[in-house]
Amino acid sequence: MSFEVDIRKTVESPQRRFELQVRFTAQARRTVIYGPSGAGKTLTLQALAGLLRPDAGRIAFNGETLFDSGACVVVPARRRRFGYLFQDYALFPQLNVRQNVAFGLQRGWLNPRHDAGGEAVERWLAALELGPVASQLPHQLSGGQRQRTALARALVAAPRALLLDEPFSALDPGLRERTRDELDRLLAQIDIPLVMITHDPDDLRRFGEQVLHLRDGVVGD
Amino acid sequence: MNAAESAWIPLALSLKVAGWATLIDLVLGVGLGLLLARGRFPGRELLDAILTLPMVLPPTVLGYYLLVLIGKRGWLGAWLYEHLGIQLIFTWQGAVIAASVVALPLVLKAARAAFEGVEPQLENAGRVLGLSEAAVFFRVTLPLAWRGILAGLLLSFARSLGEFGATLMVAGSIPGRTQTLSVAVYEAVQAGQDGVANVLVLITSLTCIVVLLLAGRLLSGQPLRGRAAR
Repeated sequence: MSFEVDIRKTVESPQRRFELQVRFTAQARRTVIYGPSGAGKTLTLQALAGLLRPDAGRIAFNGETLFDSGACVVVPARRRRFGYLFQDYALFPQLNVRQNVAFGLQRGWLNPRHDAGGEAVERWLAALELGPVASQLPHQLSGGQRQRTALARALVAAPRALLLDEPFSALDPGLRERTRDELDRLLAQIDIPLVMITHDPDDLRRFGEQVLHLRDGVVGD
Repeated sequence: MNAAESAWIPLALSLKVAGWATLIDLVLGVGLGLLLARGRFPGRELLDAILTLPMVLPPTVLGYYLLVLIGKRGWLGAWLYEHLGIQLIFTWQGAVIAASVVALPLVLKAARAAFEGVEPQLENAGRVLGLSEAAVFFRVTLPLAWRGILAGLLLSFARSLGEFGATLMVAGSIPGRTQTLSVAVYEAVQAGQDGVANVLVLITSLTCIVVLLLAGRLLSGQPLRGRAAR
């Protein structure tokens, strides 16, 4: 896997003005972008996913240009085929676990039915031990179950890479190490390239084949 | 004609007018509510203020504006009459326009608040999962906002049902054609028909109470029919 990134983005709000100017090449199967909160990690990840449009620059994945301000190329998020694990998981609150997992496989303007199935959905529900809670709503789940639901939802459509935003920060500290183990094993099994952003040194030790340090909107080494 | 019979005709007309007005407000209110919630353009709050005016302006002032716009010699009214032969003044369609303008702010405010309450991250989740912008709206945004929008629609229905001032100015008070419930109450009292007035007033009050109960239930987050099965 390789991400080539060279982007600039200025974000302005009444409270602050933030300049992101990141430039890096991520070639490892597992890349961790590490830095304190407010360093621009989430903005960077959103730019990779196509959820944030940089002011200028270029983003390429395995040689394919996803964004190029010079050539006016903007591949929309829906066509980038990346899995994205949101920090707070962003599960659809009105849909049960099964519907959340099946969400990305369903085309059109209607959400999956309560009993949505299919080979891929069943496989991921089983792989992440979500079978017993498949008909429950997100607010009825434990933190770990919520994370696994979000992971299943991201992986079910066989994305080209997985982008993870602080994947363990919403979990109880006691649960983090075990969840790290599980995720480590799972990702090794399906062999999917990943980019993770985190401020937790433990994540860095476990997942950081390649590490990029981000501070005040700029990547150092 | 006894009191019950003379109440039936204006009630049916009022329900028809309020139904159409609510339908128009559904389209306009949701569209404009989304624009105001998500749009980033200069004059956004000014537009919101102008669209909210019907809530605070005297209905007669509103009725006057409408006459200037869709009256026989009005800007739009003259054109419609000349080219399409359509006359809106003194018709039930005119009453629909009056009611929908008066009730629009109720849907608009509710829809804007409902859309602003939808977590943007959930819409982003829809996008990375392969949804087009239209699909994000129908599968993520609308299901999370419909409750607030529906509550606004119910209020707008109740408001349309009770609309008096602007309706009287635009549609007049033609029995059986434009004489709605609230106008009929006025006419009945003027004519000293207390029996008719009593029935009309009772019907109006009951209908509005039912609508308000439904709206309150929606806003408090309870399901419409008992508890959801678990």
